[in-house]
Amino acid sequence: MSDDTPASASAAEPAAAAEPAAAVEPASALEPASAVEPASASEEKKPARKKVTRAGQAGRWVDDRLGVSKFTQSALDKIFPDHWSFMLGEVALYCFVILVITGAYLTFFFSPSEAQVIYHGAYKPLDGLPMSAAFNSVMNISFQVRAGLVMRQMHHWAALVFLAAIVVHLCRIFFTGAFRRPREINWIIGVTLLLLAMANGFTGYSLPDDLLSGTGLRIAYSIVLSIPFIGSWLGFLFFGGKFPGTDTIQRFFIIHVLFVPALIAIVLTAHLSIVWHQKHTDFPGPGKSEDTIHGSRLWPQYAIKSTALFCFTASVIAGLGGLAQINPIWIYGPYQPAAVSSGSQPDWYIGWLEGALRVMPPFEIREFHHTIPNPFFPGVLLPGITFGLLFAWPFLEQHFTKDQDRHNLLDRPRDRPLRTALGVSTITFYVILFLAGGTDVLASSFGLSIQALVHLFQTMLLLLPPLFCFLTWRILKELSRQKAHPIQQPVGGRLVRTATGGYETEGGEHNGHGPHDNAEPAGAAVDEALEPT
Amino acid sequence: MTAPTPPHGDSSRAAPVDPPADAFRLQDRPAAARFAERRIAIYWGITTVAALILAGVYLAGGQPQVEGLLLMIALGSLGLGFVVFARDLLPGSEQTAPRDEHRSTEAQRDAADESFERGEQPFVRRSFLLRMLGLAGGALGLAALFPINSLGPHPGDTLAHTSWRKGSRLVTADNTPVKVGDLEVNGVLTVFPEGATSDADSQTILINVGDAAQKVRPGREGWSVDGLVAYSKVCTHAGCPVGLYRSTSHQLLCPCHQSTFDVLDGCKPVFGPAARSLPQLALMVGQDDYLEAQHDYSEPVGPGYWNRP
Repeated sequence: MSDDTPASASAAEPAAAAEPAAAVEPASALEPASAVEPASASEEKKPARKKVTRAGQAGRWVDDRLGVSKFTQSALDKIFPDHWSFMLGEVALYCFVILVITGAYLTFFFSPSEAQVIYHGAYKPLDGLPMSAAFNSVMNISFQVRAGLVMRQMHHWAALVFLAAIVVHLCRIFFTGAFRRPREINWIIGVTLLLLAMANGFTGYSLPDDLLSGTGLRIAYSIVLSIPFIGSWLGFLFFGGKFPGTDTIQRFFIIHVLFVPALIAIVLTAHLSIVWHQKHTDFPGPGKSEDTIHGSRLWPQYAIKSTALFCFTASVIAGLGGLAQINPIWIYGPYQPAAVSSGSQPDWYIGWLEGALRVMPPFEIREFHHTIPNPFFPGVLLPGITFGLLFAWPFLEQHFTKDQDRHNLLDRPRDRPLRTALGVSTITFYVILFLAGGTDVLASSFGLSIQALVHLFQTMLLLLPPLFCFLTWRILKELSRQKAHPIQQPVGGRLVRTATGGYETEGGEHNGHGPHDNAEPAGAAVDEALEPT
Repeated sequence: MTAPTPPHGDSSRAAPVDPPADAFRLQDRPAAARFAERRIAIYWGITTVAALILAGVYLAGGQPQVEGLLLMIALGSLGLGFVVFARDLLPGSEQTAPRDEHRSTEAQRDAADESFERGEQPFVRRSFLLRMLGLAGGALGLAALFPINSLGPHPGDTLAHTSWRKGSRLVTADNTPVKVGDLEVNGVLTVFPEGATSDADSQTILINVGDAAQKVRPGREGWSVDGLVAYSKVCTHAGCPVGLYRSTSHQLLCPCHQSTFDVLDGCKPVFGPAARSLPQLALMVGQDDYLEAQHDYSEPVGPGYWNRP
């Protein structure tokens, strides 16, 4: 991988240089036309009208005071490239919006208190049971507050989808090389958002003070205790003394509804502002080049499509919230320190940590009257390395590829065999950990012994990531050597839709790729550059 | 920010690289456009109806499944309308514009440097004052850190002790004292020291192993009473309650991470991530055959921490 990218960049140069000549020319030729009436064209869809519409009048009222017409015009005309994978981040954004709306509703009914009360609510099986006021209030949200259960379940589902969208979005950015210069800052901001989202997910999950989340808190407390030097002090500060104390829920509540959401809102704003400022990346293709951006305008096309995406995201989450039961705390019951049930799994995004705790061999360091306990390695060290590598990746890759060029066009994953292979093996590693987080469930579902399963997962963790890394690398090398995906290989030419709506056959000389495919030279260059290694 | 783009309607001239996108738009075919309009109207009509029923369901007392379903239909239908609108009725589509070079010019960078140095120089020249400022800021920052201490007590050696004392009676969670004969062979019971049933670290599991042969560790002779042994219920791995007892193999299993402990061999870990045995509570028989502890656990219970010897 040492010097593939400079080679590819220089190889892509001629193709890229040819495109903008065609693309930029007409735009600049039309410049005077649009400059004649920038104000009215910006405010309204129909230009060149003396009579200003109502929206235009409102715009003028604001512009008289703030002078925003220039920005409004450029914003409305801003171009966004179209590709389904560019919507993953938007799904995450819309999940955050839904989380804020549903969460705000829940705060009106939730009581962040560990004071003991006796339950006398609508759910009869728990009648007369002592529980915390927090658990009691969540029971009331679920059974007495009208639309409370839907809101609560939508909130929980939205959190799961939020994290999922972030992770898939991160994978898209990684595999297409969208983190390369000039977008390293936004990569770092994005990874920070993932961390914040996980923190907010975990604190929110802990609030109902049910048996399942209480067990999770107990484990989290043990992980904090395991940190060398400052662990027990940190644990006591965070949980207000020995766990279980009486301050945890109250503290987690304010962290969950104020600190972390405010941080997310700030960091998210920075994330979006930078995307806006730097403009979106795009896949290579017809009409695409490093120096131009190609797509539909913000207003109206992109705005309407994005509104539709919000509707669909909200629709799916509403459907899940109404129809798919989640976190039925009345089944788990209130937290009691001496009770626990098997099948205790955290929310999915913590699953890899749970799995790491389970497959860790029984090892801890006890020397010189000090202990580095077992949970430190899977619970602190592993996430530390995980996020350390995530934050550092753009710079690591730059260091090894010596690629300092600006990139606006994305890589196809197969054009970067080593990066893609490393990504695949990393995902393999964390998927195995995630599955290992459910050893007890898998064992009872399939009638296997837990011991055998744990040993199997330990072996898989050691063998599969390197194996998948090698296999991916080989397959991608093979693909780039063939210059085309096998199923795209044309047999005697290829059908192409023409401008007028008809079809015509193209000769086989392009060997499977369209005439405009900019990635082709890049792929070939990578192939040659990597050959000696 | 964006380069000047031509007005709408001229998109065929504006983006010569990609003319076909517009050629198929329904907007140019009135009948098809009318069909699209009708579809959008139907979608948004469905949204209206679903939303009204949703309000009705709420007023009638609410029903979670129906509410979720109606909200799903209302929002989904709204989205479908928008999609058809964007696809079939909106003018123009693909545009191309140049990207900006984000780097500033050298002159701009120099100007920014100069502006900064204008304020920086007076400080840099007075390096003594700069150091004093650093000292003052550091001291203030340090002082501001101290209130963090109010968040929780200092751990001290509280992690090394539980509420068990010499002569503490074993009681269940509802404060019932336990007698020698209360637990049948292979039975387990969670017990606490009398008066401290809410102390999670003191939770102890009492097991009757009957006459199964035990490997008694040196120094622990006389810690069990009549086949009854007591071990800390707090897992030495991550602190979950070790609540599952397999009487056939005399093993305790932690349901969280499946650490398994051999009860007959001093609760030594035999499987899973736990690296230490569960601490044993020394039992004795007190007044009226009630079970009592000889003393507190002789080692810290639960998961490890830095200062644990």
